[in-house]
Amino acid sequence: MITITPKRVFTVPVQAACISADVFAGKPLEEIKKLSITEGKETITLDDAFNITEDKTIETPNITLTGDFSKVKRIGQGMKTGEIIINGDAGMHTGEKLAGGKIIVNGNSGGWTGSEMKKGLIEIHGNSGDYTASPYRGTSTGMKGGVITIDGNVGTDVGCYLQGGIIRIKGSAGRYLGYHMLDGTIFVEKDCAIRAGACMTGGKIIINGTIELLMPTFTIDSIKPKVKIDATQNAQGPFYVFLGDIAERGTGKIFALKATNPAFKDYEKYL
Amino acid sequence: MDIAIKDGKIVKKVNESNAKIIDASGLTVMAGGVDIHSHIAGSEVNLGRMIRPDDHVKDVVKKTALTRSGTGYSIPSTYVTGYRYSKMGYTTVMNPSMAAMKAKHAHEELNDIPLIDKASFTLLGDWWFALENIAKGDLEECARLIAWMIRGTRSYAIKIVNPGGLESWGFGRNVHSLDDEVPNFCLTPRDIITGMAKVNTMLNMPHTIHLHTNNLGVPGNYKTTIDTMRALESVYQGDKPIGHITHIQFSSFAGDSWAHFKSGAEEIANYLNAHNHMTVDIGQVTFADTTTMTADGPFEFALYELGGHNKWVNSDVETEASGGIIPFHFKKKNAVNAIQWSIGLELSLMIKDPWKWFMTTDHPNGGPFFHYPRVFAWLYSRKAREATLKKCNKKAQKKSLLPTLDREYTLYELAIVTRAGTAKALGLKNKGHLGVGAEADVSIYNINPETTDIAQTYKPVRKAFGNAAYTIKDGEIVVKDAEIVATPPGRTMWLDVQTKEPCRIDEEMKRKFKEYWTIEFDNYPVTDHYIKVPEKITIKASV
Repeated sequence: MITITPKRVFTVPVQAACISADVFAGKPLEEIKKLSITEGKETITLDDAFNITEDKTIETPNITLTGDFSKVKRIGQGMKTGEIIINGDAGMHTGEKLAGGKIIVNGNSGGWTGSEMKKGLIEIHGNSGDYTASPYRGTSTGMKGGVITIDGNVGTDVGCYLQGGIIRIKGSAGRYLGYHMLDGTIFVEKDCAIRAGACMTGGKIIINGTIELLMPTFTIDSIKPKVKIDATQNAQGPFYVFLGDIAERGTGKIFALKATNPAFKDYEKYL
Repeated sequence: MDIAIKDGKIVKKVNESNAKIIDASGLTVMAGGVDIHSHIAGSEVNLGRMIRPDDHVKDVVKKTALTRSGTGYSIPSTYVTGYRYSKMGYTTVMNPSMAAMKAKHAHEELNDIPLIDKASFTLLGDWWFALENIAKGDLEECARLIAWMIRGTRSYAIKIVNPGGLESWGFGRNVHSLDDEVPNFCLTPRDIITGMAKVNTMLNMPHTIHLHTNNLGVPGNYKTTIDTMRALESVYQGDKPIGHITHIQFSSFAGDSWAHFKSGAEEIANYLNAHNHMTVDIGQVTFADTTTMTADGPFEFALYELGGHNKWVNSDVETEASGGIIPFHFKKKNAVNAIQWSIGLELSLMIKDPWKWFMTTDHPNGGPFFHYPRVFAWLYSRKAREATLKKCNKKAQKKSLLPTLDREYTLYELAIVTRAGTAKALGLKNKGHLGVGAEADVSIYNINPETTDIAQTYKPVRKAFGNAAYTIKDGEIVVKDAEIVATPPGRTMWLDVQTKEPCRIDEEMKRKFKEYWTIEFDNYPVTDHYIKVPEKITIKASV
């Protein structure tokens, strides 16, 4: 196991895509220390910014990060196997393009966490920023698979262009949840702000709390007693099921818990 | 053989004792490349950059001690455009689509593209004043107005895009044949094309009219393309070509729908082989995730409907043109895309005379310009074509004529379709060749023409075309071993067309500007200070 702690408080973003189990694998400690990263516009080595130690007796997790990493971007980018634990806050783009393995954040995580990921698991035991599990600006290839769980709240534009995989949010979600999503599942245990599912054409969004306002381009389909989250787990309803986004000829589904959404009672007359 | 260079020109000989000598023995030496059609600057290019952050993130270019940072991919930033062209040995590039209203913007961008000479073509085929005068039958006044516009926008040629269609697009309509009526003008596309070709001759323009045909990108459109070329037969005087159809690959579609889509290359090539009044460039598809951009607004709308509602830009440029931009990924496994790729190469191989067609990808529409070496390889090597065809959609493979075409381009023919022919078509007397008096734009590639069988070893040759051993611009070495070693600014060429009498700029014209344009008449023309390094070319018109 490699343990990394910051040597100082960073004032500018540090780009450290090399902090990844794949990159470290098979490299001696001295070589790891010399990997190059950037701090602002300066190119430095990992050793310049962090204290790095190795404990050969522990195999998993492969990397433990301890301290404030909220300014450190791209931790675990493109990782295929292995495990990273971050004891502290993680910065933007954590686990971007993850293709396997596991990243656990015992703190908050920045924007674009799990962006464009394909496989693997990201656990965030805190809040996560805007654009979590959403692709880079302008890109229309979203998360394709894997699981992201967030214990806290998430920001806006989470799960945009989602093509597969599961996002479980134990707190509340911001605006534009699942914008343009094509497939996959988003499960929010608390409330959700306006414009959830805007432009969605497939997949499902399950809201156990209150939806602030439903888009007018969604139409009521039915009331269901329960809904499947994944192969092993169901969410207990009853749920109002809405179909949309009609403006995009979409067949996505929003499941809103009946008990917490009395405002949707009016829709029942259209059933 | 030695090539002597002095003061930026090729001369008979120089004093060798104090000259810098480049030993190019065993290498291929050509004149600097001349690109006849590549969207490198202007409002549509910049809008394309703005809607595609996803395109830039794939291709970030770092700065060096000499060069600036920037981004690609399909729409590189200004400086990167200059660097990449120069690395391929290109020294002159034509920016083929400039809306007159946006000319100032285009020139500001051109100023920031180093290392290459450039010029722009103004979109004039749907300009109200021109249409009014063609409808009236007053071609002489039309010619004088166009001369004023060419001077006022500091441009080099007349560009016509989907004549009549852009004006119709302002009313949500389009024209679908040469004889459809343009709303409000009592005109047809046929009148515009032949009228403009006559105007072009009256003005003694160095280049012909540069034409993007009606019905571009529609299955079965090869008939419209042949009609267009036939319409111009009447204007031909028997000496030099009078029309240039650009990115003709997009206008050579046969079949009556996308499901029955096939190539119309044979018909087009047969027509061109039998007639001498036209030149064409191809607009080859290179299978890239690219960004399509054209002044043909209705075509881009059709593409938006076809391509699954991707993000797009659509515009109507007041009284002059329109525009549209959509990201588009040409895929080998897509039958239509693969047939398009095949059409481009079929045309290239079936048009016998290399002086009649030129190599372009209609950057960025068919693919970015730095994919040119790939296109070269498909031209000079049957093996390269077969390797790509094998990876294409099976249905497209069956429909392709490529397996029947044995032709392999020689380096000489390649030089014609990339520099000599283009320079001739553009009327650039001092470019595209290495004769005495030519500008000292030279490219040297690491290819030994005597010992290399380029058709068999196409991969290293393709690499060499993308990484020039030397590029010399105006006598200065700017690229050495594919590295930029100097960054002089290129010149912006423009025509000062002098008519015998000036066009009528009366109160009526100024009133129209006030009513229909958002720019005042006095602020409209591009003034000298907009162009950093101008090269004024004066021509005398016959009207």
